Amino acid sequence: MSIPNDRKYLSTHEWHKAEGNVVTIGITQFAADELTDVTYVQLPRVGATLQAGGSFGEIESVKTASDLNCGVSGTVVAVNEALTNDPGLVNRDPFGQGWMIKVQVSDLNELNALLAPADYLKNAGH
Amino acid sequence: MLKHTPFYDFHVSADARMVDYSGWEMPLMYRSVVDEHQQTRNSGSIFDVSHMGRLHFSGSDTRRFLNLVLTRPVDDMVVGQSRYALVCNESGGVLDDIIVSRDNKHYLMVCNAGNREKLIQYFTAFRREHDLDFDLADQTESTGMVALQGPKVIERLASVLPVDVKSIKRYHFETAKIMLIKLSVFRSGYTGEDGIEIILPAMMAGMAMKMLAGKMDKENATLKPAGLAARDTLRLEAGMPLYGHELDENIDPISAGLKWAVNLDSNFVGVQKLREIAAQGPKRVLVGLELEDRRIARQGTTLATSDGAPVGQVTSGTFSPTLQKSIAMAFVDADHSAIGTQLSADLKGSPSQARIVKLPFYKRSNP
Repeated sequence: MSIPNDRKYLSTHEWHKAEGNVVTIGITQFAADELTDVTYVQLPRVGATLQAGGSFGEIESVKTASDLNCGVSGTVVAVNEALTNDPGLVNRDPFGQGWMIKVQVSDLNELNALLAPADYLKNAGH
Repeated sequence: MLKHTPFYDFHVSADARMVDYSGWEMPLMYRSVVDEHQQTRNSGSIFDVSHMGRLHFSGSDTRRFLNLVLTRPVDDMVVGQSRYALVCNESGGVLDDIIVSRDNKHYLMVCNAGNREKLIQYFTAFRREHDLDFDLADQTESTGMVALQGPKVIERLASVLPVDVKSIKRYHFETAKIMLIKLSVFRSGYTGEDGIEIILPAMMAGMAMKMLAGKMDKENATLKPAGLAARDTLRLEAGMPLYGHELDENIDPISAGLKWAVNLDSNFVGVQKLREIAAQGPKRVLVGLELEDRRIARQGTTLATSDGAPVGQVTSGTFSPTLQKSIAMAFVDADHSAIGTQLSADLKGSPSQARIVKLPFYKRSNP
């Protein structure tokens, strides 16, 4: 399995990609495959405040429901509205069009605590 | 140690995600639940259902015995006919839901995998207590069973099977031979689609799979394999009960909407209680629900009225690939069970509006 090298990961399968001080968050292909067909993604509102280590929403598939976790603190500046009507985007393109939220972060150093791609893969058992 | 069906090697070679289901290692899915679901609704799927129990009954008291334990008598059944019925306890609770078929010299009962051992013990004790003379042979592991379901299945198999599948009526079966393989072909299923179910000797399963389904790995194949997850979303859309969800030993068939499968004039175990329930009207009834948002109300979800009074509980819930809505079945107090009633489903503390709708959620266009 290969995953993008331009981002950092949580062991709970969320990827974090920084562009300036805005971090885009989504879930990995591995997580999307494990969930199977995603039927619902609950995301925060633009303007919501997030804490590193907290949950920013919920994702549900026919199989199960699970929390979405974030590894950075900051303010939500965008959410992927396309997921409301087409949550299957998460399965089809988890690292691209299936992104979930963009967070304006207060401290980019928080990303250092996240897993590098190789460590995430090791962690996920690949 | 999990049991393997005769199609286990096929599942592994098809890269299925496997799961423990009632002690059997079964395919949960091959591609995706939605893909397998739509393939079944639009074309056809092949399901391994070999985990289901297959019990053979023969001997002089067979018919008498079946009449005593089944909610519908078998007296009027002709050779080649199948019938859905329940096995109830004295309090009218359901021990299992089954399909009984009459063959030349025996009756076959197909029961749920998780209830097979329980039924065998119960039937054996029943035979002793009532001094009945019949043989019960468990043929589950010496045979395999597949379900081929979908609008294109009958046409597709017409040229493959040596029986005239088109002429087999719903809930009937025929026995045929392909070369040396003896097959019983039943016009039945658990998906809401037309289709057949086939029982065959276990040792012939691998060969039969190829013959029946042909090439299944092509993008536009008429038949593709489907797993237990799709089987569940399909049966739920079709409003069909699943044992352990809509049925169990504390649920009676009248409340579960299965009065059509109960003959109250017959004399079987539990009939007194069922007559009382039917006369008084059930206190709680099985209903269909459509939820307002996309979240799924899973088994155990509490349902309440607008003023917060709990009036029911979800038995099964999923996201319907056909309707693109969150749907569920639930037991609700009879006073709050009218079509159109608005209830509140408690999804982990945050409510979703749920409206009672008619069952089934899905009905095929060409029955």
